Amino acid sequence: MFHTPNLKEHDHANELSVITRILCAIAIGTLSLSLIIMLIVTDNPSSVLPALVQQQLTQSGVQNPVTAVLLNFRSYDTLLEIGVLLIVAVAMLPNSNFISNINSDMPGNNPSSGRLVSVVTNAQVNPTLEAVLRWLVPMIVVMAGYMLWTGAALPGGAFQSGALLAGAGVLVQLSGRLQFCFTSTIAKLLATIGLIAFMVVAVGVAPTTGVILQYPTELAGPLILLIEIAATLSIATILLLLYNSLATQIPEMSPKPLASNKQPSASNKQPPAQE
Amino acid sequence: MSQDLLYIIASIGLFGIGLYGLIVAPHIIRKILAINIMSIGVFMLLVASASTVNGTPDPVLHAMVLTGIVVAIAGTALALFLAGKIHTLGQASDKDGH
Repeated sequence: MFHTPNLKEHDHANELSVITRILCAIAIGTLSLSLIIMLIVTDNPSSVLPALVQQQLTQSGVQNPVTAVLLNFRSYDTLLEIGVLLIVAVAMLPNSNFISNINSDMPGNNPSSGRLVSVVTNAQVNPTLEAVLRWLVPMIVVMAGYMLWTGAALPGGAFQSGALLAGAGVLVQLSGRLQFCFTSTIAKLLATIGLIAFMVVAVGVAPTTGVILQYPTELAGPLILLIEIAATLSIATILLLLYNSLATQIPEMSPKPLASNKQPSASNKQPPAQE
Repeated sequence: MSQDLLYIIASIGLFGIGLYGLIVAPHIIRKILAINIMSIGVFMLLVASASTVNGTPDPVLHAMVLTGIVVAIAGTALALFLAGKIHTLGQASDKDGH
């Protein structure tokens, strides 16, 4: 579906000959085989880390070892990861800004209103999807809250819950009735609140414990929950923004007559897959 | 042992398929997909090697994979975005040329 004529011209110039392909296949096959043999021959090195995590779990403030590693023992990783997400979101934001400026010509669609969600008037609404979403979206939100809360003891946490919320947002957008505006102040706040909360906690605990990101043992649980709530909101907003930027880009990517054919078929295909 | 073997072969197989696709596939979208298949192979190997003898899996590796998945999503989104930009700019320059 992405094979547009323009990119095909590049294809012929870049296409490799059959001999080169076979040589590539042989080289990669040899590499893979040697990797497999190497992995079979070498013993799994016994790491001391699992025992250390189990030993320190009572001090981490949560019962799930994965959450303890993510948000306490190696919280630098998670902090930087939210930073990476935010950088990508910022890099892709100008496009959604550009698109919403174009769309502002349409009635009932004002991006400078400062609202995250706006109703699209005279929109092509998908009635089936909308009817399903009336039931589905509240359940997804409850499920996301459960995933966030259960992350302290069982598999779950900020990323799973943020991904669920972002999925609900994508469905809402596909139904056609509502539109998100990511250049509004509240969207920017939601996208950055995860990193802000994480950094405030990271620096805020430094006077007590002497080290950045070293939580005091008795406050570790509430602090982790605070970070996770903020991170969930940020991750959901950023993932939805990424989807939005890419989705609004597709009409540009394909020739004009195809784009008008593709748009309704894509939104019609979605509801059966979701049911 | 046989289960380990299955995971090792599957993950290295995915990695190899991805690497082959990355080199051979001419289209940029296919290259992005190939990088994703490669990373899935790596994640699979990490998750499989997290299993330990006494039953409880290594949480450090699980957390690492979770972080890796999120970074891979961010990287893929940025790559797709740039691919779209390249395409748009290519179309614009083609129109200028004709």
